[in-house]
Amino acid sequence: MKGSNLYRNPEVVQALVKKIRGVANRPMRFMEVCGTHTMSIFRYGIKGLLPREISLISGPGCPVCVTPAAQIDQMIALSLRGGVTVATFGDLVRVPGSRSSLAEARAMGAGLQVVYSPADALEMAMKDGSKTVVFLGIGFETTTPSVAATILQAARNRVRNFCVFSSHKLMPPALHALFSDSGPRVDGLLCPGHVSTIIGARAYVPVAQAYGLPCVVAGFEPVDILQGIYMLARQVAEGRNDVENAYARAVTWQGNRRARKVTARVFEPVPARWRGLGDVDASGLKIKEEFREFDARERFSLKETEAEEPSGCKCGQVIKGMALPTSCPLFSRSCTPSRPVGPCMVSGEGTCAAYYKYGR
Amino acid sequence: MKTDRVLLDHGSGGLATRELVREVFLSRLSNPSLSRLEDSAVLDMPGGRIAYTTDSYVVDPVFFPGGDIGSLAVHGTINDLAMQGARPLALSMGLILEEGLGMEELDRIARSIARACGEAGVDVVAADTKVVPRGKADKIFINTSGIGIVAEGVDLGSHLASPGDVVVVSGFIGDHGTAILMSREGLTFDVDIHSDSAPLHTLVETVLSACPKGAVRLFRDPTRGGLATVLNEVAQASGVHIEIDEEAVPVRDGVMSVCELLGLEPMYLANEGKCVVVADGKYASGVLEALKGHVLGRDAAVIGRIKGLKGDEKPIVTMKTSVGGSRVVSILSGEPLPRIC
Repeated sequence: MKGSNLYRNPEVVQALVKKIRGVANRPMRFMEVCGTHTMSIFRYGIKGLLPREISLISGPGCPVCVTPAAQIDQMIALSLRGGVTVATFGDLVRVPGSRSSLAEARAMGAGLQVVYSPADALEMAMKDGSKTVVFLGIGFETTTPSVAATILQAARNRVRNFCVFSSHKLMPPALHALFSDSGPRVDGLLCPGHVSTIIGARAYVPVAQAYGLPCVVAGFEPVDILQGIYMLARQVAEGRNDVENAYARAVTWQGNRRARKVTARVFEPVPARWRGLGDVDASGLKIKEEFREFDARERFSLKETEAEEPSGCKCGQVIKGMALPTSCPLFSRSCTPSRPVGPCMVSGEGTCAAYYKYGR
Repeated sequence: MKTDRVLLDHGSGGLATRELVREVFLSRLSNPSLSRLEDSAVLDMPGGRIAYTTDSYVVDPVFFPGGDIGSLAVHGTINDLAMQGARPLALSMGLILEEGLGMEELDRIARSIARACGEAGVDVVAADTKVVPRGKADKIFINTSGIGIVAEGVDLGSHLASPGDVVVVSGFIGDHGTAILMSREGLTFDVDIHSDSAPLHTLVETVLSACPKGAVRLFRDPTRGGLATVLNEVAQASGVHIEIDEEAVPVRDGVMSVCELLGLEPMYLANEGKCVVVADGKYASGVLEALKGHVLGRDAAVIGRIKGLKGDEKPIVTMKTSVGGSRVVSILSGEPLPRIC
C-alpha cells in the first residue's frame, strides 16, 4: 500500500526520530488527548520508533468512551419506543450500557439506523413522516457545528419529526478537570487536530499556563505525530510551556469562528457527566430553549439517571491516563472487542481497543 | 412468465413452480443433469478424493458493480473447492425467494448464474426453489454446495505453513468489500471500484503445475474478515509468526481513499476473486510468475514471510508499517460491514 503522501514518507519519519533523540535528554511522558491520535500511533507502530526516554499515554479524547452508561441506557430506551427510529454514528451501536447495547436492542426490534452525518438523519425524517427520528448527538467540538446546522435546517423546514439527543462535550473543560486535581503526571499534551480546527490553537493557552504544560496541536499522519512529539520534547528540554501549532495546514490560532457561531446559535454549555471524570462544569452542550422542540430530552421528558459502571471495568482510569488497558483485570479476558464490557474496548477510538487490536 | 412478481404459489410445488423452474431457470441453466428434473442428479465421478463444500449468500444489495448474488454464489463455491486444490465438478443451488421479488430481477440473476457457470465450465446440476411470505426473507437468499476432485499428491492445508515460506497474494485487496459498501450506502465518490468476484480454479491449477508437489502449502481466499483474518487463521493453524510488509500489499488508490474516508482498513475487507498462497520460499519467483501469467493474477505480489515462534510466543501476524514501525494485525472482531457476501 503506497502511502502516496509526504506525511508517511519513511525517510522523513526517520529524520524526525533522529531529531527527537537529539532533544530527549531525560524521561518524558506525553499524553495524546485524542482517540484518533492513539489509533494512529498504534496503526503505524510509532511507539516502537521512539527513543525509550519518551513514553505516551492516552487521554479522554474519545467521545464515545466518556459517555456514561446511564446515557447509553437512555439511548437504548429511546430506540425501543414505538414510533421512534434512532439515527446514530456506527461507533455507538455496540457500546454497552449498564445492561444492554443498541445492537442488542436492534436485535429485539428497536428502530435503529446507522448514519454518516446528522444531515442523513434529517433526510430520513423528511422522507418518512410516520416515525420520529432521534439523532444521537455525540462528539466534541468538531462534530457540533454540523449538528447545529442540521437543527437550524430542521427549524427552517419546520420538520416536526426530528430531534437530537445531545451528548456533546467540550474538550478544554475536560483537560482542566483532568489536571486540576491529582491527575496523571505528564510533561506535555499532544492536542487533538480536528477539534483544534474549530476551537483554534489558542484554546489551550489557559491549560498550558495553569498547569505548566507544553501543548502542541498535531495532525494524524505519522509525520504529523512525530513532529508534534519532537516539538513537545524540545519545549521540555528548553523548560518552556507554550502552545505551539504543528498542524498549520488545518489549524489556525483563532480557529473557525463561523463554526463556533453556528454552534453557539443552537447550543449552550451546561455541566455534564463524564465517565471517569465525573461531573465537569460547562463541559456539555444543551440545545437552547428556542429550539426545544428539537431536543429529544424535552420531547421525551428524559431525566438524568444513575447507573453503575460495570464492576471491575477500569475505563474511567484509562480515560484519565491513570491506568493502562493492560492493568485492567478484564482486559482481553472478559472484555474483548467482540464482547466488550466498557466503551474503551468497543469504540473506534478507544484506548483499550487500540491496545487489543494493535499491541501485543 | 405470466406474472411480473414471484408469488407464494411459485413455491407450492405445483404448476406455478414448474412454470418458474422451466421458464426462468431451465431456459438458462440447462444441462443433462438439471434438465431431467429428477429428485437428485446422478453423476459419474472419477476416482480420487472428493472435495465437498457448502455456502450461503445473503449479500445486500443483490446487484452491485462487478456482479450480483448469482455470479457471487457460483464463484464463491468454486473458490472454496479451488482453495483445496480441487477441480470443481458440479454445483447445487437452493434459492429462497421472497414473495414479491420482481420476475425481471430473478431472470437477471438466473442469466448471471448461467453466464458464470458457462465461463467457469462448471454446471449447476441440482437446484431447488422455495418462496416465503413477504418480509420473511430479503429478496433472495442462495445456498450452494459444490463437489470437486483433488488430484493425487495435492495436499494443501492451513496447518502446513512453515518458517522460511513465502506469503503471496494474487492481486489487489479490498475491492469487493469496498464496492459493496459504496453500493449499499449509496456513496458516490469519483472512483471506479467494482467487486473482483471471479472463479479461481484455473489460477490455482496454474500455480500447482508450476511447482513441484509439496512446494505449495496452501491457498486461502480472503472473503469475510479479509486478508487479516485469513492470515491469522493460518498463523494459528500452523503455529507460526507471519510477518507482512504493508508497502508490499497491493491496494488500489481508489480503495485506499474510500477506506481512509470511512475509517476502514483494506486488510479487513472481503475479496471474492483473490487468493493468498503460501509456498516454500525457494519457489517464490515460480509462484509469482505463474500467478502473473494468468489473467486473474496479473497484480500478484509477495507480501511477507513465515517465521518460527520464539520461546512461548503465541501464533501472531505482525506488519512492518509503511513508515518502518511494527504493529500486530489482529483478527477481525465486530461487524464493520454486515452481509458482505
